[in-house]
Amino acid sequence: MYKYDNYDQAMVDARVAEFRDQTARRMAGDLTEDQFKPLRLKNGLYLQLHAYMLRVAVPYGTLSGAQMRMLGRIADKYDRGYGHFTTRQNIQYNWIKLAEAPDILADLATVEMHAIQTSGNCIRNISSDHYAGATADELVDPRPYAELLRQWSSFHPEFDYLPRKFKIAVIASETDRAAMKLHDIGIRIVMNESGELGAAFYVGGGMGRTPMIAPLVRGFVPLDQLIHYSEACLRVYNRYGRRDNKYKARIKILVHELGLAEYTRQVEEEFAHMSALGLEPPTAELARIAEMFADPPFEAGLADEVDRSDPDFAVWLDQNTHPHKQPCYAIATISLKPLGGIPGDASAEQIALMADLAEQYSFDECRVTHAQNIVLPHIRKADLYAVWQALDAAGLATANLDLVSDIIACPGLDYCSLANARSIPVAQKIAQRFSDLGRQRELGELKLKISGCINACGHHHAGHIGVLGVDRKGTENYQLLLGGSEGADTSLGKITGPGFDEDGIVDAIEKVTDVYLARRDTGERFLDTYRRIGVEPFKEAIYG
Amino acid sequence: MGDFNFGQLRFRDDEPVADPAVTVDAFAAQTNATAVRIEPGDDARALLPHLARIALVEVEFNSFGDGRGYSSARILREHGYTGELRAVGEVLLDQLSHLRRCGFDSFAPQAPIDRAAAERAFATWPQVYQKTVDGRTPIGALRHQRSGQPSSGNA
Amino acid sequence: MKILTGNDLASGDVVWWTGSEWSRHVDDAVDAGDHAEAILAAEEAARRVNASYAISATRDGASVRPAHIKERIRALGPTVRLDLTLKPADPAAGNWVI
Repeated sequence: MYKYDNYDQAMVDARVAEFRDQTARRMAGDLTEDQFKPLRLKNGLYLQLHAYMLRVAVPYGTLSGAQMRMLGRIADKYDRGYGHFTTRQNIQYNWIKLAEAPDILADLATVEMHAIQTSGNCIRNISSDHYAGATADELVDPRPYAELLRQWSSFHPEFDYLPRKFKIAVIASETDRAAMKLHDIGIRIVMNESGELGAAFYVGGGMGRTPMIAPLVRGFVPLDQLIHYSEACLRVYNRYGRRDNKYKARIKILVHELGLAEYTRQVEEEFAHMSALGLEPPTAELARIAEMFADPPFEAGLADEVDRSDPDFAVWLDQNTHPHKQPCYAIATISLKPLGGIPGDASAEQIALMADLAEQYSFDECRVTHAQNIVLPHIRKADLYAVWQALDAAGLATANLDLVSDIIACPGLDYCSLANARSIPVAQKIAQRFSDLGRQRELGELKLKISGCINACGHHHAGHIGVLGVDRKGTENYQLLLGGSEGADTSLGKITGPGFDEDGIVDAIEKVTDVYLARRDTGERFLDTYRRIGVEPFKEAIYG
Repeated sequence: MGDFNFGQLRFRDDEPVADPAVTVDAFAAQTNATAVRIEPGDDARALLPHLARIALVEVEFNSFGDGRGYSSARILREHGYTGELRAVGEVLLDQLSHLRRCGFDSFAPQAPIDRAAAERAFATWPQVYQKTVDGRTPIGALRHQRSGQPSSGNA
Repeated sequence: MKILTGNDLASGDVVWWTGSEWSRHVDDAVDAGDHAEAILAAEEAARRVNASYAISATRDGASVRPAHIKERIRALGPTVRLDLTLKPADPAAGNWVI
């Protein structure tokens, strides 16, 4: 994975010093809250429902053991002993003191971490495929390109006050594991007929109030023009994105209002101008970065068989591991969705264990997924049992990857001042209703996503089953959506009808799964059956 | 505007332009005007045919959170504008370094900025990641400047 | 009644106006009535509170009940982690927010 050189370290250190100064000036009254707010947001510091919340960046979801260990230490030293992994592969701490925030950033800087641009109207954390570098189905590892763009976007002087936030995802496989088309810019590394690698740019996706799937703006940008093209896309947005209405300020609205043809024309014009300016880093720079993402020293001559005699281990093996491109290795997912737990939360002790396991068993690397789980990307099959035993002892071995209890849930009204309803208790009740693992496996792949408000941080539009919490005259109410998908076959869920209270939504979801079981053809996932039979049978079952 | 001494936040040796700035709309017709003011919604490229006669461009920041002026400035410099480029209005200490990197060489903030604090603000970044119009060599290039051996930033 | 709330600038703690200072406990909140805006302006300027605003609430004997569920969760803490709320020993504390 990427390692800082002295330049990178100096930049992060400079940012810490800048924020320390800004915080001191705020506390002394030299900055008003209105002046300070954008500055602290660009260092990931929100003022949330109960306290300041700090969102630490995990660039393209990749962490070393030492970095994961530091995240656990921060939970203990500065927070209340736990952290929350998010749907953008970051981590959040809910009980931060402003007075200590600069020290936290200083601690993070010692392990090449930061909270740079994880909030605010700027380019945010660049996300990627959590199986990158480990899966056979990718063209190349997408993360060197994500790293190139991360550096380009950090402290970019022209794009520090955009109309609104800007989220970029980079993938390199046809299987989209990063919800790429639901980003402001989604990039897929592709190969043309001549065998050259390039980048397909999708611009104008997003969820929130007006979900949109990003259209393809250009099918092939040469890799030595990535920066020029990105600058062009951003400059058009900075100049023409709406600034009169916060709810219409994302690039998806601009692309929609201009139309794809006109937006593309403006980008291509700006791109032609930018290309002449020579803004790209030397090609040697991309090569330098890519070298750091070379394969780890996989061993040969290992055992490919796994002893399945422990039945609980066998269930986890089947559900939570994914084939690795290297023989005799596997990709393992650590579920942060235990029954009765809070989706995406991990205690400081659990974080420390995951750090140890990454170091000991996964070439010192782990990943955060946008589904709020953790991946150990490179485990010898021979070690899977030992890893599972360690996870099981720590409550981290729930075998529910992509099953109905592997719920994506935003923090909701329990934590978030933007929320209209709580999401975590609903997630817990759903998981409880389906607590029997055999029943979950019978249902198969069923991606359920819950957002506590229209901002859609829980990605409810992209859930096979989605739940949206709303405020109905001061009472929490929940709308049900069906048929969303975040993969390459991206689709947006449809609302079924009137909403439900907390118990009602759990009942409705159970009825929906009953319809699926009754109507499915062999081999059909829930999503497939829904797409085949449509929403009516489900509506009938729910509303009678 | 009165006698505002912004000398301490001006990075030019020439004399400041005394003429009042006209709007972008009026500028084309006023052939003896040498100073123009760009509002956030104006298209800076409208000035490109006239760059040769412009000595001062003021870019208005009605709100420091409206970042359109950064693009306006950078576009003008990219097209070869060498006159004074002044950031005017709600220009605060914490925006100074990025404004400079986008090509501004003078600053007329509504609320005065302490000169020593401004100098520190301009010096915030030891290096920069992006190539822009300020002439600074970005880190990506510095790394590979010497004969094939990547530089890691050791002094 | 109209009560005032905000966050402590340095710590971020949720606080409530008691008439003379800011308390972490909503039951200490008083009715600010017509003075709300003036109090908030003065307290913000002195940095004794941050991000402050007025909300509706009712008094119920010794306790104060914010009118909206969001403010009740703010007053108590996260209902899914009662151990992290102001009433960690009360397993039914979450029912109060509904």
